[in-house]
Amino acid sequence: MSDGAPQINSPEIRRLTPVLEPGHTYASVTDKISAIVLTRPTSFGWIIGFTLAFGTVMMLTVALAWLITKGTGIWGINIPIGWGFAIVNFVWWIGIGHAGTLISAILFLLNQKWRTSINRFAEAMTLFAVACAGIFPLIHTGRPWMAFYMFPYPSTMGLWPQFRSPLIWDVFAVSTYGTVSLLFWFVGLIPDLATLRDRALTKPKQIIYGTLAMGWRGSARHWHRYQSAYLLLAGLATPLVLSVHTVVSFDFAIAIVPGWHTTIFPPYFVAGAIYSGFAMVLTIAIPLRKAYDLEDFITMRHLENMAMVMLATGLIVAYGYFFEFFMSIYSGNKFDLFLVNQRLHGPYNHFYFALILCNILAPQILWSHKARTNVALLFVLSLVVNIGMWLERFVIVVISLTRDFTPSAWGRYSATFWDYATFAGTIGLFVMLLFLFVRVMPAISIAEMRELVAETSEEHE
Amino acid sequence: MEHRSHVYGVVAEFVGEHELLHAVEKTREAGYRRIEAYTPFPVEGLPEALGLRRNNVPLITLIGGLAGGLGGFFFQYWASAMAYPMNIGGRPLNSWPAFIPVTFELTVLGASLSAVFGMLALNRLPQPHHPLFNVHRFAKHASSDRFFLCIEARDPKFHISEAARFLQSLHAKHVSEVQDD
Repeated sequence: MSDGAPQINSPEIRRLTPVLEPGHTYASVTDKISAIVLTRPTSFGWIIGFTLAFGTVMMLTVALAWLITKGTGIWGINIPIGWGFAIVNFVWWIGIGHAGTLISAILFLLNQKWRTSINRFAEAMTLFAVACAGIFPLIHTGRPWMAFYMFPYPSTMGLWPQFRSPLIWDVFAVSTYGTVSLLFWFVGLIPDLATLRDRALTKPKQIIYGTLAMGWRGSARHWHRYQSAYLLLAGLATPLVLSVHTVVSFDFAIAIVPGWHTTIFPPYFVAGAIYSGFAMVLTIAIPLRKAYDLEDFITMRHLENMAMVMLATGLIVAYGYFFEFFMSIYSGNKFDLFLVNQRLHGPYNHFYFALILCNILAPQILWSHKARTNVALLFVLSLVVNIGMWLERFVIVVISLTRDFTPSAWGRYSATFWDYATFAGTIGLFVMLLFLFVRVMPAISIAEMRELVAETSEEHE
Repeated sequence: MEHRSHVYGVVAEFVGEHELLHAVEKTREAGYRRIEAYTPFPVEGLPEALGLRRNNVPLITLIGGLAGGLGGFFFQYWASAMAYPMNIGGRPLNSWPAFIPVTFELTVLGASLSAVFGMLALNRLPQPHHPLFNVHRFAKHASSDRFFLCIEARDPKFHISEAARFLQSLHAKHVSEVQDD
């Protein structure tokens, strides 16, 4: 990289790689970040990217319209494989969201300064990923217009949801997660919205940002309560994020299907979620810092730290895979043993080997400092991990369901065009929302960057 | 006295947080009590310098969390054991361990909602207009790179020219009168 990667090899100097390039003032960070939203002209690349993503969203709407017209029969699912792509994609998306909460809440509680320039768009990523995730269980019900049955409402039949079912826990976990993520993101945005209100040059922008900023004026009494609320939200979001993927893993672990009914699922799902989420943050951060010249704010230190988190969580996931195998063999349970056999030798074994390659073998390159500071390599690796984590959910859902207890109940699964169109469509939705986000909201928290300027200038004094 | 009703206070502008902290201390030493600082980011030590006590956001959050958790649990109990009891293989109707995930989620939801809306309510937000926005330099810089200190007219010691002169003496960049409209 241009910031002189060769000199930063000794550990002594590496520790000094800044989280903010020197020479910035309160005014310069404010100008640079708010300019992306307020004054910078819309680039040609943005229009191309947005158009492509928007086109994919149109494909999603067609796929959903066709689904509602014909029913879930247009997908590849059939008994015994009732779950298929919809659940694979749901778990994948919700997992991706987790890194955003981890960065904004857990790293905040741990007082990690390097979180500051990446937390805002990571939180946005969380929101958009949860939005994509939420689509799948909804449409997988087959009759999404009846989905309100899952919420406790006083019906004329006097019926209530089955609160002992993990699927109902899921409804509460995911909707709470979406709500709290939105609150956390919005509270973080309030001071920045006030900045945009004060710097906007046109009346419509002043009115829109002014309305959203709610009259924030930076009063010390306001900041005092604001900081309490933010800290409490971080403290609440931390157990929440762990609980959400735990509940998602209960969807599997509570069932008796071989390969699902294991106690290792909750921690291993949470680690996998953070793993894939950090991969997605890198996938977004690397083009973003390039396109909007944010290398001063999202420095090599950020990329390297994220790569290290990926390596660590990847190893936890590898441990999970190992113990899944070990427990199956150690238990001597013939159905569990057969599942191991099917993962290695069954009709979907190439997915399993691809999963090991993507999730366990490929990230080992991150032990090398050179690899962690090679931006192009990190980008490719982040895509590889995203694919790997998708394959993990595919392996869990499909191999177990196609090979359960009796051979008469075995089956095969292959996705149809509409499965792929829906999945690709949600990726388009995610990308489109991100494109809109970087143009209308500050992608980096301006108020927190000012705090960072204050802290780093004190260190130099 | 009539003149005073049109004035919200006097505001001074400072270039850095250290200058502001110093000015806040001096202003309080001088006996002014109705003062407020405005900063583009939360400044460490400023609440203490202004003599702010602990705020009520944590208490509201605790109440919201307890309400969410207790309400969530007893709602599930009521729905499963009283409103529509279903005997499935003689299993207990109050199967409380199965109610814990939803109870937990609703605790977090109740606490988070009350933290955010409690904070906004205590701050009296949304409040679209405030007299300070009439000060041009405040509207331009308070959310960006400058630090402001306002002595409000409701301070018993407030006298407009004296307050302005006092703030000038603290090396403020600018001092302006705030019109209350």
